[in-house]
Formats: sequence, structure tokens, C-alpha cells
Amino acid sequence: MQPILEMRHIHKRFPGVLASDDVSINLFPGEILAIIGENGAGKSTLMNILFGLYQPDEGQILIKGEPVKILNPSQAITKGIGMVHQHFMLVNPFTVAENIVLGAEPRQGVFLNIDYARRSVSEVSQRYGLKVKPDAKIEDLPVGVQQRVEILKILYRGAEIIVLDEPTAVLTPQEIKELYTIMQNLTAQGKSIVFITHKLNEVMATSHRVTVMRRGRVIGTVATKDTTPAELANMMVGRQVLLQVEKTPAVVGDTILAIEGLVAKDLSGERVLDGISLDIRAGEILGIAGVEGNGQTELVEVLTGLRRATSGTVRLNGADITNLATREIRERKVGHIPEDRQKRGLELDFTVQENLVFGFHYQRPFSAHGLLNLAVIKRHAERLIAEFDIRTPHSETPARSLSGGNQQKIIIARELYQEPDLLIAAQPSRGVDIGAIEFIHRRLVEHRDSGKAVLLISPELSEVVSLSDRVAVIYEGQIMGVVASNAVTEEQLGLMMAGIKSEHLHIAAQRSTADGR
Amino acid sequence: MADKTRTSSERLELLVPLGAIALGLLVGAVIIALMGENPLRAYMALFMGAFGNFNRLLGTLTRATPIIVTGLAVALPFRAGLFNIGVEGQMLMGALAAAVVGSNFSGLPMVVHLPLAMLAAALGGALWALIPAWLKARRGIHEVINTIMMNFIANAVLAYLVVEVLRQPGEMIPKTPPVLATAQLARFSDFLPGITARLNVGFVIALLVAVAVYYLLWRTTIGYEIRAVGLNARAAAYAGINVPRQIMLVMVLSGVLAGLAGAERILGFDRTLALGFSPGFGFEGIAVALLGRNHPLGVVLAALLFGALSSGGVWLSFTTDIPADVVVVLQAIIIFFVAADQIVRAVILPKKKGAA
Repeated sequence: MQPILEMRHIHKRFPGVLASDDVSINLFPGEILAIIGENGAGKSTLMNILFGLYQPDEGQILIKGEPVKILNPSQAITKGIGMVHQHFMLVNPFTVAENIVLGAEPRQGVFLNIDYARRSVSEVSQRYGLKVKPDAKIEDLPVGVQQRVEILKILYRGAEIIVLDEPTAVLTPQEIKELYTIMQNLTAQGKSIVFITHKLNEVMATSHRVTVMRRGRVIGTVATKDTTPAELANMMVGRQVLLQVEKTPAVVGDTILAIEGLVAKDLSGERVLDGISLDIRAGEILGIAGVEGNGQTELVEVLTGLRRATSGTVRLNGADITNLATREIRERKVGHIPEDRQKRGLELDFTVQENLVFGFHYQRPFSAHGLLNLAVIKRHAERLIAEFDIRTPHSETPARSLSGGNQQKIIIARELYQEPDLLIAAQPSRGVDIGAIEFIHRRLVEHRDSGKAVLLISPELSEVVSLSDRVAVIYEGQIMGVVASNAVTEEQLGLMMAGIKSEHLHIAAQRSTADGR
Repeated sequence: MADKTRTSSERLELLVPLGAIALGLLVGAVIIALMGENPLRAYMALFMGAFGNFNRLLGTLTRATPIIVTGLAVALPFRAGLFNIGVEGQMLMGALAAAVVGSNFSGLPMVVHLPLAMLAAALGGALWALIPAWLKARRGIHEVINTIMMNFIANAVLAYLVVEVLRQPGEMIPKTPPVLATAQLARFSDFLPGITARLNVGFVIALLVAVAVYYLLWRTTIGYEIRAVGLNARAAAYAGINVPRQIMLVMVLSGVLAGLAGAERILGFDRTLALGFSPGFGFEGIAVALLGRNHPLGVVLAALLFGALSSGGVWLSFTTDIPADVVVVLQAIIIFFVAADQIVRAVILPKKKGAA
């Protein structure tokens, strides 16, 4: 069978980096090809070349056997290539139908023919089994449905080759299942899908073949049914990886953090934290599971003094720290790995050494009498760079030019160096490669083993369950229950994440079995 | 590799302003030619006017002095992400305070009177900056709007006070009583023979202020926090930096610098406050900061260039039929090219175009 898409011997060089080094892939009609690799392996570069955002230095792209030149995204679209980006490109106040036809609007004179648009949207959505309401506004829709709109948008433009760039990062487990179904439907209708991810279980669940990339090269392409997650992981990182976190049972001590009845509101007065009570003890990792946007961000912000609590108390080592300034909370030994390292955790245009004292820059020995001690800051940085294996040319390189994993290591090195009594780790492994994830997990467990408390927030269930000693599930600003991580199934957690309290769990479980019959 | 990108981006920091100046002079030459004059002769006259003899050179430095300081007053808050358009008004308030203190308190020794007048100027500028700073930090009102409005108010307040209150009886020209000898910044002409330029100790102070701003930004904890706020305020808040307080602080410091710029004019250059003494030094400071890429050294160099153009312009209109206003056109074109740095990049780095 002739491949619908071939990319042959693609070379792409950026200053100092060979982002694509003789990369060849092919995609057959009706196939799901997964491309996996660590961050910086060259997946995005390859897709950006396919989508016309970059031009390859060497190599050839063939569609249905015909060599093509793709100079820009609109050429890619006319050649039947559609891309769903990780961050949606939707106009929030517009309706579904308006978004789908945007850029290719059916017109009646100078006016938008909205009836025609609505009809064609319904038609496309029925043909591919993608249920959406054409008149719903994007901002009212859950993320999973927004993604469906993105897919419809490219189908509406006649895409034959669909590129999904890390599509599951923003979805709930249920929505991920629905996406898998959508992908199967699309391939059943003859569409071909390139599925970019770094999650092995997703590859195993959906794809027909897998291409593994590492450092700009294709390591190999294998049929999914002939491989195992462990084998793929090895191909990705080039060495054996422990997917399971090794840890001894927790030896818990005194309560470090006691949260009681915590309430916080957003600008419109909505309760984003709705009476949260939690205890975290020394020597344990408490994980907070939940779909993103259920109050995790706000909880961390209140705990770290970045958002005001309207009622409730937060006690650290017995002392009331509710609504203290961020600096005071930090000085009481609270470390914080923020969920968005680029927007919060780092000054990207500061050097690595400046970032490694960020938040402690005013303390001795880094500063004295209001003056920075640059020599000490540099020595400190060089020590942490070695200890945490931060890959940087030197300590005065801007943090911006480091890879995501190494940027995250800067934050972790900085926050752990202070040996905080409480470490708040929000999505510590988001967007970093497997090698770095393993490193980060090991550091968090070590921190717990040294008798400190760790609050872990992550939307990835497997990460929360494997790292935490206890798991609290958050839903719409409330804690649905706190359970021991070794006494709960992913299904039970999934139900709690959907808003069912732990004490009602057995009922819910029974009902779902009844439905199954 | 990162090393290479860093040095090349640093080189670009220098190349873009230089390219903008070159392009500005080129376009200016075309305009002068269209006016039916010889561009080479015009530029020669400009150069001679600015650097032709020792006194003219000093004249250039004199003209550059206030805009070195106002340029720094714009560049400093810019590092914190704030655009202080109100340097002009803050400078006027500083000048007012310097004039009032400088013309009163007779009998004070110089070691007390002069620093007191300088301090008053700094305070005047700081207070005028404090209002928009507070509005910005605590109420989120945009500083560009605030500071522009404060300029108008400063102008009106100054005009009223000088005309109605401070003017000496019988004096026709709206100006304050002369600054007493004990509050004057010494002019070099006071002790060096043959100097006609009114260059004064304020020039040296301006250079010291530039060094101080550099030191503040890159060697002190406060400067670290100012830069952190400017580059990423969310990250700064995360790191425990009190962002509103830094905004207040940097705006007030900017006001201090603006006030000092006024002090140099009143205590050193004019030795009185005459209405209209400033042709817009505060606004020229914005251009100077832009051309100098908000770096203290760049600001000094840019101020010297603008000072040279302004003082050369006088000679230009003396010796040719070209109006001195051509200088303003030149300055505007240069700033245009600095702002539209993509044009400059495209011209000076033509090979890079394909790679990007």
C-alpha cells in the first residue's frame, strides 16, 4: 500500500543544534502513527516542518507519492494536513459553528451565511461522530469538547492527515477515552493520524505503529502490538528506566501543615476553594488529584501567599500563616515548585545563577547590606549545577536557552537547597522528559524520607498514586476524600475526580456495575 | 552555543542603535537635499557646531547634561517594566523646589545650602512621581496615562506659582528670584579662563548618576528585584518580591533623578527659574533612553549624540539657510528607526533574513 505521507531524510539545523538529523517517517491511510520521544527529541520540529512553519535544510516530503513543497500552514491545509495544537486556537466568545468556519466562512454577499455554516458543521460532526452543539459558545464548553471543535475545524477544511500534538495533556481520564474513540472513528473513515505524545500508555492504547525519536533522530519504528511500554521507554531514553517509584513505607511525624475550612474566591466572587481542610505530616507525601481547574492552582496560591483566603486558617508547624506575605511564608521554610515554571518559577531572561538564588537573593550569604555578592552566587550556582546535573554551558547562560527539563531542575535545586519543612510541588514533572521525571520523583521521595512534608499536586493520576502516601481528591474547590494511595483503585479516584465523595463511593461503584449489565 | 547567541545578541544591542543612527542620517540627507541644500555641508556645519572648538564641545556637553539624567530617569523604571512619561513634570517640580530653596535661606553656608537645594529638587521630583506610582501600584491605573496627566498639572502649577507668587515685583519676565551664590552649582567658566559655555558641576554629577544607576541595577538586591519585576512580575511575586512596593520605589527613584535634572538647570545653568526653560528635556529623555536601550552607558552616549545635534543645530542655522528644526527631524527619524528595529535588522543583517 502506498503511504499517504512520507517524510524522507529530513535535516533541520538550528544554530548549534541539529533538530532533525536524517529523519524519515511514513504514514499509511487509516493508520494511527504515534511519534514519541523526550522533550527536545525533535517531534515538534518535524511537525512544524510538515505544517510549513519551518523549511527543512534537506529532505523531501511526499503526499500520496507526490513530492510537495509546503511553504506555510495554509499550503499545508490545502494539501490536506490539519494540526490540532496543544493550546487551542479558538475564539472563546464565538460559537462552535463560528469557530469552525473561521477563516473559510461561507458568505452571502458581505455577510456570514451562518445558517449554511451551522448546517455544514452539523453535517461534518455527524459524519465523524463528533458530537457538538453548533450554537454553544466555546467558553461554556469543557476542554474535551473544545478539542473536538479543533478537530472538526480541520476536518471542515478537508484534512486527510491529522496531527494531534500532545492532545491528552488537558483532558480528564474520561475525556481521554472519548478521544480514543474519536480517533478510531476517524481512521475507520479513512483519515490518517499522527499522534505526538510522551505518554507510553496512550501509545499502547491507540496507535498502530510507533516511531521513537531521540535527540533529533529516529531510533526506530515498531508495530505497537509487537512492543511493550518498557521497550519503548528504553528506546526513548536509551537506558533502563524505573517507571515505578521505589519508596519505603512512610514514617510520619508531627503535623507540619494544617488547613482548616479554607475558602477563597475569584474576582467574580465565585468560591474557588470551598471549605478545604487537610493535614500533612512530616515524612509523608500528600498528593492532590483532580482534573485541572478544580481549585488546585488557587489552593497553592493561598498556601504560598499569592492569593488571599477569605476565611479559614492555614497553620505551619502550629503557627498561623494565613494570608501572610509570600516572603514571610518562604522564610518559614515553605518551598514551592510552581505549576508553570516559565511564567512563575523562573526569570527566563535572568542567568542560571541569578535564578538559582531567586527568592533567596536578599539573604546571606548571597546579599549583604543590600549588595549582591556575585562571587558567592556564582559559586553556589556551580555547586547546584553539578549536584543536580543541570545541563547548561555555564552559570551565566540565560535560563531561557535551557531545555524544559533543565529549567525545572533549576527550580527544584533552588527550592530543595533550603531544606523546606513543607515542599509544595505543583505538576513537578509537567512537560519534562522521562529521565528528568525519574530524577524529580526520586528527589521528592528523598525529601520526604528526610522527615519533611511534601504536598504534591498533579493532574496525572499515575504520578499522584505512585508518589503519594495519601491522596486527596479535589473537585470544584472541595476535597472529595483522602485515601491511602495503596488502598484505592484508579477507577475509584476517577469517580471522586468526577465529584463523588469517598463515603458514597461503594454506592457509585454498584450503580456503575448495574449499568454495565 | 548559548555563549555565541549571547554575544551576538549583545552585539545586536549595539548594532541596532548604530544602524538606526546611520539610517537616520541617510534619510536626513535626502530630506536636506530635497530642501535644495547640500547634505554634506549641512552635516559638516552640524559637526563643526557641536565639536568645532573647545567651547562648542563644552556647549554640547552642557546641552547633553539634563538629558543624560532624564534619560536615566526613563530607563530606570523601564527596567521594572514601567514607562514613566512624566519625567518632564517631575523635572519641573524638582526645578521649582530648587529655585525656591536656592533663592531663599540667605546666610546659609554653601555646604548646607547647595545640598539642601539639591535635596529639595530630588524631593520635588519624587513627590510628583509618588502620585502616579501609588495609583499604579495600589489601584492598577496605567502609569502612562497618569504621568502624562501629571505633566499638564505640573506645567500649570509652575506657571501659576512663577507668575503669581514667586515673580519679583516689577519684574516683566516670568522668572523666580536669582539663585543665591551659596546654592549655585559651580560653572567651569567660574575658575577656568576663556570658557563661555555654561557647563557646570552638574555634568559630573550626571555621569556619577549614570554609574550609580548601573550599580543599582546590577549589583544591588533592589536592582535585582527591579529587573525581576520588569522581566516577569508574576515570577517576582512567586519569589516573594513585593511587586507593588518595587513599583512605588522605582517610580520614586525615577522622580528623584528627574528632580536632579531640574536642579542642574536651575542651580547651575540658568541660576533662576524662567518659565519655558525646558524645551522638553523630559521627553527628550524618553528618546535618549530608547536609543540607549535603557542601559546607563547607552543613555549617556545617546544623550551626547542628541546634545551634539541640538547644539550643532544652532550653528547650522547660523551658517546655512537650513533651519535648526532639521535637527528635530533627524532626531525623530533616528528614533523611528530604533523603534522599528526590524527595518534596521533587515538592512544591517541581510544574510540572516533567510535563516529566520
